[in-house]
Amino acid sequence: MKRGAWLVGLLLAAPVFAQPPSGDAILARVDANIGSDNKVSHARMIIEGRGATRTIESKSWIRGMRESFTEYLAPARERGTKMLKLGDELWTFFPETDRTIRISGHMLRQAVMGSDLSYEDLMEDPRLSALYTAKVAGEETHRDRPCWVLELTARSPGIAYHSRKMWVDRERSVALREERYAKSGKLLKTTDVLEVTRSGSRWIAHDVLFKDVLKAGRGTRFEVISIEFDATIPEHVFSKAILRR
Amino acid sequence: MILFLLKGLVRDRSRSLFPVLTVVAGVALTVTLYSWVKGTETDLIQASAAFSTGHVRVVPRGAAREADAPASDLALDGLSALVEELRGAHPALTWTPRIRFAGLLDLPDANGETRAQAPVTGLAIDLVAAASPERGLLNIDRALRRGRLPQQADEILVSDALFDRLGIRPGDTATLIATTRFGSLTTANLRVVGAVRFGVSAIDRGAVVADLRAIQRALDMEDAATEVLGFYADRIYRDGPARVVAAAFNERAGRAGDARATGGHVVDGDAVPVMSALRDQAGLASTLDLARLVTRTLIAVFVVVMSIVLWNAGLMASLRRYGEVGVRLAIGERKGHVYGTLVAESMMVGIVGSIAGTLLGLGISYYLQVRGLDISAFLKNASMLISDVLRAEVTPVSWVIGFVPGLLATFLGTSISGIGVYRRQTAQLMKELEA
Repeated sequence: MKRGAWLVGLLLAAPVFAQPPSGDAILARVDANIGSDNKVSHARMIIEGRGATRTIESKSWIRGMRESFTEYLAPARERGTKMLKLGDELWTFFPETDRTIRISGHMLRQAVMGSDLSYEDLMEDPRLSALYTAKVAGEETHRDRPCWVLELTARSPGIAYHSRKMWVDRERSVALREERYAKSGKLLKTTDVLEVTRSGSRWIAHDVLFKDVLKAGRGTRFEVISIEFDATIPEHVFSKAILRR
Repeated sequence: MILFLLKGLVRDRSRSLFPVLTVVAGVALTVTLYSWVKGTETDLIQASAAFSTGHVRVVPRGAAREADAPASDLALDGLSALVEELRGAHPALTWTPRIRFAGLLDLPDANGETRAQAPVTGLAIDLVAAASPERGLLNIDRALRRGRLPQQADEILVSDALFDRLGIRPGDTATLIATTRFGSLTTANLRVVGAVRFGVSAIDRGAVVADLRAIQRALDMEDAATEVLGFYADRIYRDGPARVVAAAFNERAGRAGDARATGGHVVDGDAVPVMSALRDQAGLASTLDLARLVTRTLIAVFVVVMSIVLWNAGLMASLRRYGEVGVRLAIGERKGHVYGTLVAESMMVGIVGSIAGTLLGLGISYYLQVRGLDISAFLKNASMLISDVLRAEVTPVSWVIGFVPGLLATFLGTSISGIGVYRRQTAQLMKELEA
């Protein structure tokens, strides 16, 4: 009798255990996977534009969610160009003219180095859970990986993309595909993760294809050459003086 | 007979004055309006040709399909070879490469921070070379308001309005912030040496005129341009020959593109150069057709209105000359002859009125050609390339166009009113005359 009651209890409890986590909880896991106090990364952007393919190399120092400094290393034309993000401000230094330009207003919509990423994308808080509410729209297999399909809606107006659809790897908490939409429902951008690698306890999107749907070309591949989490970064890196050094 | 009729007209002013005045007014208006529309059309063609379309323009196929203003990411590569080829194949035209670009002009303060900034549209031309045809094509010497013309590649001219708005002093260094042909943000330091005003609001609002080489370097466009324009030496657009040149070039360029494709190279169809005549660009065909339609409609309206007025004048004259016509018929003059003399009289009125009206219209047109009419207040946000001061243009056609409504209206008016002659009953004539 006792054994029977235990079985009945287990059967009743089964649907409760099978309930998927909430969308917000999944999004929090995605944020936690990439979140780190300090990061130093070396990356390569392969921009397949309408006329030509260009490869741009950069090194970035990132502190928290709101400060970053990027120095472009190649090609020769872009070498020495630096970009500093301090909170809501973005500065770019051009060595050829020795000018530091604040990127604001409509310039934020410009493509970074002609890629499929805009300055607005760079300025965005990488913690999606701070910007969006999420709900689970279903479960699908994407690139042979079981995924949660999330539908994200902006918490407030003024965010670059009003809504997003996201395929999140259930096991690794990495967004394997994303579709970003305008308020009108028009698809603006897609991202596809082509390769995921492990770095300590984290899963890193090592190779990502960004595609600005409104732009000609085959998209921009963003490859992480190396990444160091919880790195030590000197304080002076996040000051405007670094741009002219 | 003609002299007899003419004497009658001169001596009986009530028979000729009102019809002549009507014809003079109508013809003068026709001549003036024709010259005005013609002047506007010519101005539109010249401004469009100089600043945008050339008499023919070569752009990459992708740019021709996408927009009026060529985009720098779809540039004509191998520019030197292309210009050489054009000069060799079509020597009747002057060929000149250009880059049209957009960006921000940023004026730094002493610390290198932004002091003033404004969005600009730019035209990069062969500005510095002594043999360049651009100074003449754009009338740059005449357009210069302040400072001097550039002598170095990194020197630029800005529009007068921009010069004031940004508080520029001649010699100031400004930074152009733009995107390269690959979409990267780029900056270039350029020295502002003068201010220009072309008299075309769409250009004068915020234009930068720079040297081609400086902009090629800034926008990563070595040996490339967004367009190559061709101009006839006398600056007069010839639609037929221009289209023939364009068709011949496009056939050659298409064959070359096919040859490269079959040669195993990757040919981007969007990059193949295509040539268009002025009329086939920027919706100019419909604008020019509209101008022609307006001219023809105006003439048709004047013919109809003047015919009605002169018909009415003829009817009134018939009433007044009722007795005269009756006597002439009574003494045996044939109705056809009476009708013929009335029509002949009206033709004389038409000729005299047309000559006077044409002279008056030409006078007004010459005045408008010299003085023009300033419409800049209406062009503050206009994007059409048209001068701020619209002028009439007196052409050989202006001398003769008034004769069409002048003669046609008088002929039609009298022909209709004169039909009354045939309605007179000979049997009733004596009775009518007795009364």
